[in-house]
Amino acid sequence: MDFPLDLLVNALVSGLLLGGFYAAVTIGVSISFGMLDIVNIAHPAFIILGSYIAYIANSVLGLDPIVASILVLPGFYLLGMAIYHVYDVSFERRGDASMRGLAFFFGLLFITEVTLVLVFGVDYRLVEARYLGTTLHFGFIDLPMRLVVPFLVSIVMLVGLQLFMARTFIGRAIQAVAQDPLALRLMAANPSQIKRIAFGMSIATASIAGAVLIIIQPVEPSIGREYIGRVFAICVMGGLGSFPGMLAAAVLLGVVESITSTFFGPSWSPAVAFGFLLLTLAVRPSGIFGRA
Amino acid sequence: MRNWSFVSVLVLVAFATFFGTKMVGNSYAFFAGYVVLQYVVLATAWNILGGYTGYVNFGTAAFFALGAYSTVVLHKTLPELPLPLMIAVGGVVSGAVGLGTGYLTLRLRGTFFSIATLAMAVVMQTLITNWSFVGGARGVYVIRPDESPIFDGDYIEYLFLLMLALSVIAVAVARAIEHSRLGYGFAAIRDDELAAEASGVPTLRLKLIATALSGGFMGMAGAPLPYYVTYLDPSSGFSLSYAVNTIAMPLIGGTSSWLGPVLGAVLLGTLQQAATVTISSALSLLIVGVLLVVFVIVAPKGIIGWFRR
Repeated sequence: MDFPLDLLVNALVSGLLLGGFYAAVTIGVSISFGMLDIVNIAHPAFIILGSYIAYIANSVLGLDPIVASILVLPGFYLLGMAIYHVYDVSFERRGDASMRGLAFFFGLLFITEVTLVLVFGVDYRLVEARYLGTTLHFGFIDLPMRLVVPFLVSIVMLVGLQLFMARTFIGRAIQAVAQDPLALRLMAANPSQIKRIAFGMSIATASIAGAVLIIIQPVEPSIGREYIGRVFAICVMGGLGSFPGMLAAAVLLGVVESITSTFFGPSWSPAVAFGFLLLTLAVRPSGIFGRA
Repeated sequence: MRNWSFVSVLVLVAFATFFGTKMVGNSYAFFAGYVVLQYVVLATAWNILGGYTGYVNFGTAAFFALGAYSTVVLHKTLPELPLPLMIAVGGVVSGAVGLGTGYLTLRLRGTFFSIATLAMAVVMQTLITNWSFVGGARGVYVIRPDESPIFDGDYIEYLFLLMLALSVIAVAVARAIEHSRLGYGFAAIRDDELAAEASGVPTLRLKLIATALSGGFMGMAGAPLPYYVTYLDPSSGFSLSYAVNTIAMPLIGGTSSWLGPVLGAVLLGTLQQAATVTISSALSLLIVGVLLVVFVIVAPKGIIGWFRR
């Protein structure tokens, strides 16, 4: 049997595109877990919430899912600020963030999921837009727009956030807050307030991530769970809190998953992320791209 | 109270529970009671790791379902094996998986362990879904015998009795741990792991013991499940509701002693059984989620915290 080169190249390309999308899904956790040290395991549930909002806007108002997600961005930002406020008052100030904080986010994850089930049922939902059915062809390489659009949107969001973090005062303050809150206070910035802004931003990314998710695949309330393993695997592997490292890890995972699913069948791909996560935790917990 | 007198009291309570349930005269009482008892075992098992050492396990469903699927495998290969032995095997399998996960992740910060358990549940489900011998995604049928093998009664009464025995064992073990060297070691890890390590507490070994015990009991709680439901598929065996219930029950009851998880499991389990019958099962799960969030914010010490000021 010859080696199916075209299959391999196509798997590589779609893995690369998938990786860009994974970066969009992970960036919120990269901010909350990587920079603020808040283990927001409910993040994928908020992404699914974003998907459903894009779905409603698309099926009822006929809006493009990406446009819809940008319109509701402020709502997600406020939701994030509110959640951080409760978290801050109830857990961080009591010095009891680890166990009860985790249980808190687990409860939020569950409430979001069950509420979506109660409202929409467990059917798969999907969005429609004119560009989604088309595929670009370059020789034997296929570029489905269904993957290209999410990839481009993700990269724009990633670059925007990277610039924000590196160039603005608030961005630098966010990077500083996990390292040294006292020094930040001396710079006349309130750590609680900075964290509230940062957490609001991390939840806001879930709106866009949700829209690109429902473009890539049909969504039902519980698929968020498949993303928990992926998201944290990418975040840890990329070295907590570094966006370029996170992107590299996301692309790596995307490519490996895509090759696994091409050659062994798609039902195996969730196991890949877990393998990655365990391997990273066991061998190099600071991440492949992290500072040792 | 000494351990042995505590165990005799437990056994007395168990017998009272069994005959009390029999007095109802309706086999539904056994079906509902079985679920409540199953949660007593799960919540107590979770608390051995979560409450005593402070490491949060989100993968209850994985350990539980592994126990259930080990019974499915035994049912297909050695159908003559008595159920108590199958329960023991389920416990060993889940305990070993707990040990392995713990060995890989427990040397790191606690949150990594929690995330790993969450991801592990997804992967175990993937493995079972792809394993056609145990039914794969289609699920598997297990025929429940009609009669109890050891006394005159329905098979569900036998299952109920087994789960009752497991509850007694789990609670007795949890209480014995609290007042032993092991328990003091666990508490030291929970309060300040670095200080414990520095004072010569073998933290990794203790954490591994806790993970294996906790996972083992979860597996044992799941082992009789195929005979209870008679049809088992991966999405019901690995249902997230097991994980959320098992975390909510100790946190609502109180994590500091064996009584908390039992209290939480009996209250929340009964409430859910009632709500599932009268309203709907999705809504009853929503109630659990909301209660969990409200309790961790408002009552961090749980129900037993109200009585110990």
